[in-house]
This record gives sequence, C-alpha cells and structure tokens, in this order.
Amino acid sequence: MKRIVILGAGTGGTVMANLLRQRLDPAFWAITVVDRDTNHYYQPGFLFIPFGMYTPKQIVKDRGKLLSKQVEFVVAEIEGVDAAKSEVRVAGGEALPYDILVVATGTDIVPSETPGLLDGWRDTIFDFYTKDGSAALARKLETFKGGTLAIHIVEMPIKCPVAPLEFTFLSDSYFTRRKLRDAVDIVYVTPLPGAFTKPVAAAALGALLEERKIRVVPDFGTERVDAAARKVIGYDGREVPYDLLVTIPTNMGAKVIESSGLGDELRFIPTDTKTLRSKAHENIFVIGDATNLPSSKAGSVVHFQAEILAENVQRAIEGKPLEEKFDGHANCFVETGRGKAILIDFNYEVEPLPGRFPFPVIGPMSLLKPSRINHWGKLAFRWIYWNMMLKGRPIPFVPNQMSMAGKRRPAGAQQTKPAR
Amino acid sequence: MPKKQFGTVAVDVDEEGFLTDFAQWTREVAAAIAKEEGIAALTPAHWKVIEFMQKEFKENGQVPSIRKLNKSGVVSTKELYDLFPGGPAKKAAKIAGMKKPEGCV
Repeated sequence: MKRIVILGAGTGGTVMANLLRQRLDPAFWAITVVDRDTNHYYQPGFLFIPFGMYTPKQIVKDRGKLLSKQVEFVVAEIEGVDAAKSEVRVAGGEALPYDILVVATGTDIVPSETPGLLDGWRDTIFDFYTKDGSAALARKLETFKGGTLAIHIVEMPIKCPVAPLEFTFLSDSYFTRRKLRDAVDIVYVTPLPGAFTKPVAAAALGALLEERKIRVVPDFGTERVDAAARKVIGYDGREVPYDLLVTIPTNMGAKVIESSGLGDELRFIPTDTKTLRSKAHENIFVIGDATNLPSSKAGSVVHFQAEILAENVQRAIEGKPLEEKFDGHANCFVETGRGKAILIDFNYEVEPLPGRFPFPVIGPMSLLKPSRINHWGKLAFRWIYWNMMLKGRPIPFVPNQMSMAGKRRPAGAQQTKPAR
Repeated sequence: MPKKQFGTVAVDVDEEGFLTDFAQWTREVAAAIAKEEGIAALTPAHWKVIEFMQKEFKENGQVPSIRKLNKSGVVSTKELYDLFPGGPAKKAAKIAGMKKPEGCV
C-alpha cells in the first residue's frame, strides 16, 4: 500500500483529498489528511461578521465530514516533515511515511512581527482574518461612535488581498446606515503605491474611494505601532493616528514549514509556478496559500489549482512529465458596499479587465463594475463552496485557466512583459 | 508603448516610468532613473541592493520584498529607507529595471 499524506484540511487539503480519492484506487493508495483541529471555516465569511451580516456559526463545519469517507483524517499537531526520509511526524502518534506529500498548510496572521501591535490587541486594534478577531471586531463596531478608523496592511503578500478594500467599503456603508458616517474618518493605509495599483482597475474604480470620502495613505512601510498614543509609525517617519485600527498583520506560512526547512523568509514554500511541485523535492506538491507563488492567496485560486495539481500528482505517480498548466488564474467577488460588488477575473499576466462574465455580452456578472448581481453572486458562493468546490466538482462555465472571452482591454492599456 | 531616452539608450516604459522589459536595463539607465528619483549618485550600498534584487528577480521572477532584503542581511529596513527615501520598494524596483510593487487590482 502506498500513501499520500496531505498536510492541512482547509480549502486546499480538503479539495485535494477528495479529488485524489476519485482518481486513485483505494486498494493501492491510502490518503491521510492531518490537521490540528476539526473546525473548517468558510474564510470569506470572516469579512461579513464584523458588520453583523453573518454569525460565526454560519461559516463553520466539521472538517472530517467534508472529506471523502475513504480518506483517513488524523487530528494532531504536525511536528515536522523529514523530506529526506519522506516522513511526517505528528504529536502523540507514529511517524507517517509518505510516497507523495501535498502541503496545504495555508497562511496565518502574525501580529507579533510588528512591534507594539499586540499592545492594543482587541482593545483598539483588531483583525478580521480569524474567527475570534472578526467576532471581537463585531462587538467593537457596535459601540464605536466616531473617530478615525484606520484599515491597515502591514506588508504584502496577504491572504485575500482585496479583503481590506472590501472591509473599507463595507465600513462606509455600515456607518452610513447607522447615521454615524460623518463622525467617522475612514483611512486606508497600504504599503503599496495605492489602493488600486493595476492601471485598468485604478482607472475604473479609483473614483469610488473619493466618492466615499476614504483617505488613502500609500507607500506606508510600518515600523511599529504606539498603542498608548494610538498611532501607526512608518519607517519614513510618517504617523497615522487612529481611534480604531483594523489591521492585516504580516501573513506567514505554518511554523512547521520553517522548522522543517521547507520555507522562505515568510515560511512559504518555493513552488513551481506552473506545475505546483515543490522546487526542492520531487515528491512534495504544494497548493494554495502555502506556496510562494505570485498568484493571489485566495480560495478561487486553490480551486483552479486543484484539478491541475491532482492531474500532476497522478502523472508523478505514473512517471509521466508534469503539465505546466497553472496560469495564476483568480476569480473574486469584491464587495464595494451599498449592496453591490465587482467581479475580477485575472491571471499571472492579464490584469483585471472590464467586460462580462462568464459569457460575453450576456454575463450575467459584470467585470470590474459594481452591480447587485455580483453581490448576490458573492453571497451565493458560500453554498457553492460547501457543496461543489470542496467536493472537487467543477463550477459550471468557470474554467481552470483564465479565458479572455467577454473581456475588453481599454484603448491605451498596455500589457507588461511577463517576468520570464 | 511609451519610450524613454536615457543618454544613448532608449527603453520601453509604462506611464510611471517603470521599465516594461527588464532586458533593456543597463547601469547607465539605472543611474539616470536614480537621478530623476532624487538620488544624485548610486553608491556601492545602492548597488548592493540593486544587484541582490536583480539576482532574486532572475531566479524567482519576483521582486523581493523589503522583508527579504532585510532578512538576507543585504540591508536593514531602516538603511533601505535612507538609501531610497520615500518608498524604497517602489524606487529601488524602478532603478533596478523591475516592475513596481502591485496588488491584484
């Protein structure tokens, strides 16, 4: 009996376990998934919890129930990966030898990377990237009567890079609804050159920020936070005062990636951009947020990677050359407030463009333009996530590789040569 | 695509003056961009940063982050801000002939 070990039972680990189970004969291949706990969160839902649009109970299911019955699920802390011996050590159990390892350990926020950030933690400083953080922020927002709300990104890359913008737009709507908008100064603090950095998106959506009276502080490299004085201090000496800081702390991969010597400076695993095989080890594959790929860290990206990776794992088993098929495709609904959202569809080389999706002309979704149907699409996605995506079913009309059908490149918009 | 003339060399750039083709980069171009960005002369400390960034870019196809520069021991983050005042990630990338740091939208 040969064995595939999958580290992590989040989006990537679950879908890979289910897809590989469909492909590989259980008589010859065992599949073992390891995770430290049993709660699978629908992570896009964290965005809605601070505004009372979802409750924490609505976005959690049992990890084990989302996995095929013919997959072994081990609940234990992963203590280490010995790549030379092809073996995983778990707390309180025997070593798990593997023929193929799939790493899906994701990314997490690490507030301790920024001096001072933990001083005001869950007092005047909050996150919405965790269950506890988003629930605590919901309680805080209910009692917030006015002042400066700073939405702040410490450094890139982060999971779901549009989430801070969505939070910003939803905050504007939330305080407008509560008739407090005039009392709240909303400021968006980013290490990037702007809230929108892609030329076509910036031209199409830049006015939204001004229209909603959102101040943008660009190119801000955070050195530290002075929680007592309630200000964020930049390396260049700039200071951003706040009354409520909603921060996206440094994102890093799992600690075990670092301690096993598999990661880069952010504990992400150097991964081939097209085949999704680890650069260092032939029998290690990586999916989703755990990779160091320049694609977005997002659930849709995992979905597009999954089928390609399953095919490549099978090819590796059969000794065939791997397919170089992953193109960096991402497809994300982005809340813009006031009951609307935009849809973006892009890959490594093509920036988000306007148009219609998935069908030219008829859509029904509109790309890069706020619409109600996009917002409904975002809300409907929770059902699709639990019932289709995690089971490894294709989502109708949404191909794994990006399609140009329905997209328009505005006159004058240029395409930058890919890095290689 | 806009072109920009630096001394004897013409290079393709985007609207903000970032090179769109890394292959067109030369040290002369770097010095000229640096001047435009308010850095009168590129010192050995600047070159150490530029060369590290380019090595990483060629190996991984990605512009290294400030964290990576810091962790690699090439330059501390504070020094980086002194060398490339007002947004080192953006300025150093521009001088090194690479794309500007960007998000997904």
